[in-house]
Amino acid sequence: MKKRLLLACLALLPLSLFAETPEEKGLAIAVEADKRNSGWKDQKADLTMILRNRHGQTTERAIRTKSMEVENDGDKSMSIFDNPMDVKGTAFLSFTHATTPDDQWLYLPALKRVKRIASNNKSGPFMGSEFAYEDLSSQEVEKFTYKWLRDEPYEGKDAFVVERIPTYEYSGYTKQIAWIDKEIYQPLKIEFYDRKSALLKTLTNHEYKQYLDKYWRASRMEMVNHQTNKSTTLHWENYQFGNGYTDRDFDRNSLKRAR
Amino acid sequence: MAPTSYSHELRGNVAVEYRQFFKDGFENQFNNNVSLSAQPEYFHQWDNGDQLITFTPFARLDQRDDERTHFDIRELSWLGVYGFGELRLGIRKLFWGVTESQHLVDIINQTDFVENIDGEDKLGQPMINAAFIQDWGTVDLYVLTGFRERTFPGAQGRPRSQLIVDKNLTEYESSDEEKHIDFAARYYHYIGVWEFGVSHFYGTSRDPNLIPTLNTQNEAVLKPFYPIINQTSLDLQAILSNWLLKLELISRDGQDKDYGRYSAATGGFEYTVVGIFKTIADLGIISEYLYDERGSDADPGSVMASPFQNDLFLGARLALNDVQSTAVLAGLIIDLDRGDRFYNIEAERRLGDAWKLSLEARVFALLDETNPLRDFNNDDYAQLNLEWFF
Repeated sequence: MKKRLLLACLALLPLSLFAETPEEKGLAIAVEADKRNSGWKDQKADLTMILRNRHGQTTERAIRTKSMEVENDGDKSMSIFDNPMDVKGTAFLSFTHATTPDDQWLYLPALKRVKRIASNNKSGPFMGSEFAYEDLSSQEVEKFTYKWLRDEPYEGKDAFVVERIPTYEYSGYTKQIAWIDKEIYQPLKIEFYDRKSALLKTLTNHEYKQYLDKYWRASRMEMVNHQTNKSTTLHWENYQFGNGYTDRDFDRNSLKRAR
Repeated sequence: MAPTSYSHELRGNVAVEYRQFFKDGFENQFNNNVSLSAQPEYFHQWDNGDQLITFTPFARLDQRDDERTHFDIRELSWLGVYGFGELRLGIRKLFWGVTESQHLVDIINQTDFVENIDGEDKLGQPMINAAFIQDWGTVDLYVLTGFRERTFPGAQGRPRSQLIVDKNLTEYESSDEEKHIDFAARYYHYIGVWEFGVSHFYGTSRDPNLIPTLNTQNEAVLKPFYPIINQTSLDLQAILSNWLLKLELISRDGQDKDYGRYSAATGGFEYTVVGIFKTIADLGIISEYLYDERGSDADPGSVMASPFQNDLFLGARLALNDVQSTAVLAGLIIDLDRGDRFYNIEAERRLGDAWKLSLEARVFALLDETNPLRDFNNDDYAQLNLEWFF
């Protein structure tokens, strides 16, 4: 009796694999990517942004970032602006959440004032760049619904092509199409489609480096806006892990003393 | 590339300001003014950022007004981070509150009134402050060691009241005068979309009662009198998607011994439209109601009279979100009793990496004789400010 049940189960097993829908496969890829990028605890890094207008003129922004993983929720992060000079010392605190809106505060050093930011600004540009706030906030699995489209090599690397649709409110996108590297489960390229479902921007990630023998971080990100011909390059440098951050490094008081 | 944390750093700004007044003022006043200011900031942090010293002097050189030519230490403080929270010693500037049109709850620092009549420029306040940071909120305790008198424009200064405030005549309720030690406590917490602060202040009022009198030269002037007050306040903010709901409430006793305890409030909302007109610009619509129990019935010049007793603030904030961070804030305060209006516009734009140009214009349409601000009627002005940051 038991043997027959086992056989029946074995017989069903390959069937269930074959029966995986494109949605299930897309979700499974996202879950695997999330699993592989879990456990980094905390990190800090320096970010240089190169903003390029349609004539190719460039402007530079410098930001120091630190962030911390929160179990069963999004990350906590703090960004301190070093350039342009008039906003030097301005600090941005963000608690990302998987399903509820993010909590965001901005510290304005001239007024010594901490301002809470309304949570509907996700689609707004970050520091005048082609990156929206939602492009830079932590990518929780629950923030999208997924659909695997096909497997396709991208620049010589095997990749899954996955469509993802934001589930959170106030996204500027109707959908994103991501090329996920099959080996490291990190996005090589993401296309962003605007509210009219027209291609708005393309992000490409370059020079992935592995930290702590486990976590992959892109050293360079290129975002091109196809509708305005403006683009932004992010250079990530000086990644450091194991800083021992606690909640106290990410509260309103630490925001006010950020320098 | 920027280091991940600074141990020493010097930064700051130098600015040139030009003001044009549109109507003639009082006798011997001019319709234009040039002014220079500088505010460097030095800080040093060590102990992995757990100890920090900040020094921020400020100086202004004004073409016309000797009182506006002034120097102040905005900040000279030490901060230490400990297990319980933070300890801070020295001269500091801090801000409490949430509303835009006026700042009732913000009581620790004295207003540097010659800088700007909006009350957002403050003098440094000497203090000892301990912050206790817990899961259930943050408690701040303050011992405020020494009082700063409000700055007021001199004879050539604009905008100003008809009578000049004579700081040589300053009087205090406390016999300790400006050496009176004040105390304050604040509890702040946030739960989900709600943020709130409850505060109490005991000590010398930052708002002087201005009493018409004769000085030693037999000229009519205003004598500042600083009473001892108790003020309890609440500030509350809720974030509901595009809406920020804001409330500030104070109850103050001692400002006027005959009147006794009174309350005042500011409450309203800011509604933000992200990506207006299919652009990347944001538009915020702001409206606040301003209330003061003391009303407008008081005699003109009485300390009971309040300019914002039953007023409505309507404003719009446009942020272009461009590389130059161009932003405009336009507002109007309507006095629902007196019919007076106060118009205000502020705009700013970054030039290059290290420069910022700001425009500010204020128009007073204050006709009612009970409005304590009516002397500003001829002081409509537009101002350009060019700042260089280093």
